[in-house]
Amino acid sequence: MSFQPTARGYYGQFGGAFIPEMLYPNVEELREQYLGILADPDFQQEYQQLLRDYVGRPTPLFRAKRLSERYGATIYLKREDLCHTGAHKVNNTVGQILLAERLGKKRIIAETGAGQHGVATATVCALRGLECIVYMGAVDMERQKPNVARMCMLGAEVRPATSGSQTLKDATNEAIRDWISNPTDTHYIIGSVVGPHPYPDLVARLQSVISEEIRKQLLAQADRELPDYVVACVGGGSNAAGAFYHFLDEPTVQLVAVEAAGHGVHTDKSAATSVLGRPGIIHGSRTLLMQDEHGQITEPHSISAGLDYPGIGPLHAFLADSGRAKFVAVTDEDALQAAQLCSRLEGIIPALETAHAFSALDQLELKPTDVVVLNLSGRGDKDLETYLRELHLA
Amino acid sequence: MQTATQPDNVVQTNRFADLFARKSQGLLNLYITAGYPGLHDTVPLLRTLADAGADILEIGVPFSDPLADGPVIQQTSTVALRNGMTLRRLLDELQGVRQHLPDTPLLLMGYLNPVMQLGMEHFCRRASEAGIDGVILPDLPAEEYADFYQETFRRYNLRKVFLITPQTSEARIRRLDELTDAFLYLVSGPGLTGGNQTADKTAQDAYLQRIAQMNLRNPRLVGFGIADRASFNQACQHANGAIIGSALLRAIEGADDPHAAARQFVQSIR
Repeated sequence: MSFQPTARGYYGQFGGAFIPEMLYPNVEELREQYLGILADPDFQQEYQQLLRDYVGRPTPLFRAKRLSERYGATIYLKREDLCHTGAHKVNNTVGQILLAERLGKKRIIAETGAGQHGVATATVCALRGLECIVYMGAVDMERQKPNVARMCMLGAEVRPATSGSQTLKDATNEAIRDWISNPTDTHYIIGSVVGPHPYPDLVARLQSVISEEIRKQLLAQADRELPDYVVACVGGGSNAAGAFYHFLDEPTVQLVAVEAAGHGVHTDKSAATSVLGRPGIIHGSRTLLMQDEHGQITEPHSISAGLDYPGIGPLHAFLADSGRAKFVAVTDEDALQAAQLCSRLEGIIPALETAHAFSALDQLELKPTDVVVLNLSGRGDKDLETYLRELHLA
Repeated sequence: MQTATQPDNVVQTNRFADLFARKSQGLLNLYITAGYPGLHDTVPLLRTLADAGADILEIGVPFSDPLADGPVIQQTSTVALRNGMTLRRLLDELQGVRQHLPDTPLLLMGYLNPVMQLGMEHFCRRASEAGIDGVILPDLPAEEYADFYQETFRRYNLRKVFLITPQTSEARIRRLDELTDAFLYLVSGPGLTGGNQTADKTAQDAYLQRIAQMNLRNPRLVGFGIADRASFNQACQHANGAIIGSALLRAIEGADDPHAAARQFVQSIR
């Protein structure tokens, strides 16, 4: 089984490029150029140097002793929360800004849910002196105020998306509409492994630095390259794609993708796409999609602004469909408890998104010899207000 | 056409060809959102618009996330969905439409996901039974259409209308021209439906002239941002006609009598 996309961007039955003609030249230009640009030694040198000196890579692989004791297995945390801007998102935006420059683009747009991708995009635009417009659901702007403030400080313009559920899906619609209206000078930095081909592959490749480092670090620290489990949360799925990438063809490694169950998968307030979704088309790709019987996209719910997306990336849809990855769903409540546990046991406050991954440890039947790598995709500073309120701490 | 595989009840008319044979200039294509303003207004409004002088009618299938459309069509789609409009219901309502509109070419315009949930074959069969002539699905690209759906469309005597933008290459325009027997939809400039495309008339004229000189097989209609008599006439100078949607919906919005408002709107165009 291959987990690389076909020439037309398909992973099994999922993927493709279902775009209106207005986007065809942009997406085609990207499809024709991205592999060549990524392989170019000049690009690689600049990208690797920025990852090291600006982002702070490699991020540590930390053996979490107290969590390991609690779960009776060896648990490592891949510390993407220590990246500049506080999440893995910047790995992708650093790569895409260099790509945009090589494509001759002068204006950058992005969508954001929790704000981490928006902050990462605003950051690299400031670094390279490019105009930056970030679309964000009006509800998410309210939920993630610290990140809105950071984007403004970095010189980006944050435009509220006021249609639909006013969350990530709607911000993505608005970003695509902006791109349609500005077809020549603008590059759209998509933040997850979603969208039309080649975006899912492009973003997965740029995030694959995570799994590449995990292999090297595990070999150095535990004398084995392959863990038994890799655990990561999935909204669109960029951090999971990055953490899984170099293990996709290693069948002994169990990949665990953690979705937001919201109030529970049997309620109408959930974002667990692999459970509730059917094949459909969203934002340019065929994937698993939460929708009603008439094909209208439904509004997902999660306490975490980064996970309430009604679809998942086509690679993840294929991982779910083929059984290569185990998909588990974690409720708002369980994620909150896991965040508190991680904070108290390891002194690390995770992002609400990542807290879902922590909670999934409860659902694994771990043996004492098992080695688990959990991708700590982002830090929780932006979520403090929610934590304090929901956990009744203040 | 593959008449061998054609279902018995599919009639091989091409209302587009008939229309363009009768009339090749100043064609008016009007778009309405199905289920707007009221759930059952669709077929009566189509009749009103045809009586008022529309040459082609486009029926918008409301979708929750209409990516290529501007705020007016998004808003009317939201209202239509709240009214309870679905693709299934629309296809039911359209089954009698040809009694009243024997000749006017009818198009369904919508997004791929609702169609996929119904199933492409089922969708084409029901549309064909209702006498629909063609389909616009902006997010179904030409490549996917040619590889997977063209046969089905042909079998049911449906044509797919393709969009062309100022950025579309000549080779690609010729390819799209080969793939249809209806018309080519020239998107007037960068932007969404209902947007203001009047900013650069010179560039728009040059683009429309360039396409006009390509001697394409199909007629060409201009859409996006056509809102009044001036922009309609301007668009018609270098094409066979133009498409108006958002401006018509705006005229209907909030009107006590949507039919009177629609008639008045058409009169204001010509």
